[in-house]
Amino acid sequence: MSSNNHLNREVLTTLQEVMDDQFPVLINTFLTDSEERIRHIQKALAARDSDTVRRQAHSFKGSCNNIGAECLASLCEKMEAAGRAGELEGVEQQLVEIQQEFSKLKGTLKSFAG
Amino acid sequence: MSDDTPLTILVADDSDTDRHILETIVARDGHRVLSARDGREAVSVFEEEQPDLVLLDALMPNLDGFGAARRIKALAGESLVPIIFLTSLTDTESLVQCLDAGGDDFLSKPYNRVILQAKIKSFNRMRAMHSTILDQRDQISRHHEHLLQEQTVAKQVFDNIAHSGCLDSNNVKYFLSSLAMFNGDILVAGMRPSGSMMVLLGDFTGHGLPAAVGAIPLASTFYGMVNKGFAVSDILREINHKLKTILPVGIFCCATMVDINFRRQQIRVWNGGLPPGYIRRASGGEPEPITSTHLPLGVLSNQRFKDDMQLYDLAWGDSLYLWSDGIHEARNADGDMFGEDRLKAVFVEDADNSTLFDRILGRVQAFVGEGRRDDDLSLVELRMDRPENVNAVAAEAERRSRSTLSEWTMSFDVLPGSFRHFDPMPLLLTILVEVPGLRQHSGDLYTLLAELYSNALEHGILQLDSDLKSSAEGFTQYYELRQQRLSAISEGLIRIHLQHSTTDEGGILRLRVEDSGPGFAGGARAPALSNDSHAYCGRGLALVEKLCDAVHYLGDGNEVEAVFSWSSDA
Repeated sequence: MSSNNHLNREVLTTLQEVMDDQFPVLINTFLTDSEERIRHIQKALAARDSDTVRRQAHSFKGSCNNIGAECLASLCEKMEAAGRAGELEGVEQQLVEIQQEFSKLKGTLKSFAG
Repeated sequence: MSDDTPLTILVADDSDTDRHILETIVARDGHRVLSARDGREAVSVFEEEQPDLVLLDALMPNLDGFGAARRIKALAGESLVPIIFLTSLTDTESLVQCLDAGGDDFLSKPYNRVILQAKIKSFNRMRAMHSTILDQRDQISRHHEHLLQEQTVAKQVFDNIAHSGCLDSNNVKYFLSSLAMFNGDILVAGMRPSGSMMVLLGDFTGHGLPAAVGAIPLASTFYGMVNKGFAVSDILREINHKLKTILPVGIFCCATMVDINFRRQQIRVWNGGLPPGYIRRASGGEPEPITSTHLPLGVLSNQRFKDDMQLYDLAWGDSLYLWSDGIHEARNADGDMFGEDRLKAVFVEDADNSTLFDRILGRVQAFVGEGRRDDDLSLVELRMDRPENVNAVAAEAERRSRSTLSEWTMSFDVLPGSFRHFDPMPLLLTILVEVPGLRQHSGDLYTLLAELYSNALEHGILQLDSDLKSSAEGFTQYYELRQQRLSAISEGLIRIHLQHSTTDEGGILRLRVEDSGPGFAGGARAPALSNDSHAYCGRGLALVEKLCDAVHYLGDGNEVEAVFSWSSDA
């Protein structure tokens, strides 16, 4: 997985233009939002609630796509597929990957939001 | 409404990030933004604010996008509220689910501003078009409603006029569409005071209002004149004149008019432009056609209009059948017309007249077929029957006996004080013309009364000798004497006795004038009738004899009775 895929600069630049002064707010919203999603996924995994895993992963994937976080989006997509299949075996490992990817992204985005 | 009119747009998404992006894009383009965090909130915001467009995330807590879309479409009713699903779902099944729920389009993540703007514009155009269509549809339905309302009013007015007649008589069967007047068909029937029945079946050219306008003057003229006892020719001429005057060129009325005289067992028929009617004898056999020999009503000026009629003797139970061309032109599913031959075939079948009407109608309707039933059928059967069996005849006699003078007598005494100045003629004439049949004879009646009265006054009361009037000098002397005696008179009496009774044909009026003079016995001589046209005297009574059926001298010659009989069959 190349480091280029962590963040699609083109998407982010466009977003910056569109959001203008709202851009830093959006980045913060995304970060808070994402931490919330990760907590929800943790809880659902503990409860072996595959449907909630699927939904949360799906929504998380959408937001990631909007921000240009393509790598995180594809991790979410794998988890969504597992949730849909009702196969939660090994999903804990996926969650760890998501958490690692997110913390990397967090640093980069914060520098963007200035 | 142009395609960049600012809209109110609802954004429903549970992800704060995604919602924030959309809100910003939409607001930057000048639209008003409403937000919702889940499906339930989306529905309640929609209910409150009625946004023009909805951007809806598919997966949301509480109520998902599919459920929200269904409720929103239901709430929107017939107004177009486009729903764009925001989704990163890509499988066909999910997309179909969005469409099934009422979604109109998709927007996938990451959001593309240009694409979203294009979609909003395009839906805005669609909304504008939709609302134009709705407005026009409403306008059309209002127009249509208005038109129906007007037709209902027109039909009521028309029915009030048309149904004042005797279409319900037991010798008449008819079939007319309920909106016949708008097909141009009209059927009226009325009784003349003489007890004959007049029926007119008409078919105006065209359809709709132009075909209907002529029906009202036709019906009101028909009933007005039939009730007053006018002759068929007068009624036809008057209707022709009215229609010719009122209607534009090219609109006229094909019509058949029938006068049924039950007593004489005769019908007289005038056919101008309608298909031949048939006479079917109760004894059976081939139908006898009554073909058109005239131009329709409303075509010719009254000078060129022909009112001659065909006369037929009918036996009891013989029937006349009339129709408009709707029967001939009734088409089946293949477009074939019913036609004259099929119609004639029904007549030739060996069955009696009592079922013929229903058989004709049944045959035409079966030919045309269910569901395509033409509204243009007009069919009439008129049966010759004994007058005592026809309830319209009895009703007319009853109406006449209640509302008009028929059997009556009156005595009217003129006393000396009135001899000099009073002229009883206008008063008596006013009473006599109350008898409908006598109205047209008022001139003759005036002459009769005036002659009898002046005879009674001058010869009976004043004892003037009519011989005096045989010379010019005598004539002057006669009038001097008359003046002298009139001013001197102080006693005497002239009694005018009127007696009227009705007959089958019309009526008889007896006028008796009696004076208190001595009569022949007292020296006056019976008025000799002179054939000498130069004689000044005797003109009066000769005229009286001419106008009357009989003149009787009663008593001592101081009483004269004139018998005047009248017939209502003009």
